[in-house]
Amino acid sequence: MFEILLNHYPVLLKGLTTTMVVSLSAIALGLVLGVLLAFGLTSRYRLVRWPCGLYRSFWRGTPILLQLLLVYYLLPEIGIEIAPIHAAILTLTLNTTAFQAEIFRSGISHIPAGQIEAARMAGISAWQTRRRIIMPQVFRLTLPPLTNEIITILKNSSLISVIAVTELMRVSEQIASRTFQPLETYLAAAVLYLAVNLVLARISAYLERRMSGGLATE
Amino acid sequence: MLDIALLWEMRGLILQGLWNTLWICFLGCLLALSLGLVLAALRLANPRLFGYPVACYVEICRGTPLLILLFLLYYGGPSIGLRLDAEIAGVMGIGLYGAGYFAEIYRGGFKSIPKGQLEAARMLGISPWHALIRVQIPQMARLIVPPGTNQLIILVKESALISIISVDDLTKNATTIVNQTFQVIEPYLAVALLYWLIIELIARSGYALEKRLANRQPRQAAQQGATPHANG
Repeated sequence: MFEILLNHYPVLLKGLTTTMVVSLSAIALGLVLGVLLAFGLTSRYRLVRWPCGLYRSFWRGTPILLQLLLVYYLLPEIGIEIAPIHAAILTLTLNTTAFQAEIFRSGISHIPAGQIEAARMAGISAWQTRRRIIMPQVFRLTLPPLTNEIITILKNSSLISVIAVTELMRVSEQIASRTFQPLETYLAAAVLYLAVNLVLARISAYLERRMSGGLATE
Repeated sequence: MLDIALLWEMRGLILQGLWNTLWICFLGCLLALSLGLVLAALRLANPRLFGYPVACYVEICRGTPLLILLFLLYYGGPSIGLRLDAEIAGVMGIGLYGAGYFAEIYRGGFKSIPKGQLEAARMLGISPWHALIRVQIPQMARLIVPPGTNQLIILVKESALISIISVDDLTKNATTIVNQTFQVIEPYLAVALLYWLIIELIARSGYALEKRLANRQPRQAAQQGATPHANG
């Protein structure tokens, strides 16, 4: 295993970089879309809530591999040419949007209604209330499940090797077929995934400790 | 328009895939549930000896993709003399991977039961085994059903990965149909619906079980479970 890591580290690191770029782009895009979808899910209007719920249900209820294949093969079918890596980012984004929206929705539901009523009384607009009062607290509340979601996406990004994106998993497959040492190679890849995820978990735990003050949810 | 006739024509492949997905998931989840319980019990029984190894196992399951584990079993296994059929590698992959998550879920359940109850049981001369069966498991069952259901759903969805190590499951057979007929939407959507159905069934059973366990619980025990600090 160490031999593989030593001999092939430039390719492995390149693969790991692609993995990180794809995952983090999806997470960042999904964060924005997820917040919007969470507002949709908690909307006053049933006409807004219903399609948002359907979207969440589909993307949370089907395997991500199937979603990836569907996006990758469907887009050219309807005349949109897309590079594998973009299809990968798109699928992971659409998927994580649903999961993040659900995390934020549950966070929003933990904000006491009195705060929102007070904001309305004080003449703060609905949008300002969301931006200045609700979301800052929600981000702090939902940090642990958000970290889990980031780790899940990082792990799921290994699937995009199926549509020939040369990320860490794909690179390991190539090394394994060249060196005839699948066990050692995949162990090396596992160690890299594990290392990244452990670091992420540590950063999150640190942030959680630092931001734990100032919550007004009583 | 959706071509339903095409799906009817290909029903053999879809049903075969459904059957394979179902039995592999069933055995995989069974393995995950039982191995997870063993891990959690070991950790609880002797934290000094098993605490660290089990915690490491849990971290590995959480931190590495299932796909890597499947590749290790299926492609890496032969280098240490472990030759597995793709289906068996799938069952083992899902089982070993899920066990890490279930060990944590069980642990949460065990930890939620106030220590005083176990001490009381011991004082009354109830054997540890009896206390486990009669005191701990009935109370923790209620608590672990929701996260357990969640985890089972995740495992069913992740089971789609076994198609990559050439198991003829729902996902693989859908791709086969796509390649044969050049129709993309129908096969993938049909299969997505089937996964959705399986998952919905698990979710509903989970709710039903949760309700039943909550009703069966004597009120006093339910209250104790809700406020562990009151007597611990």
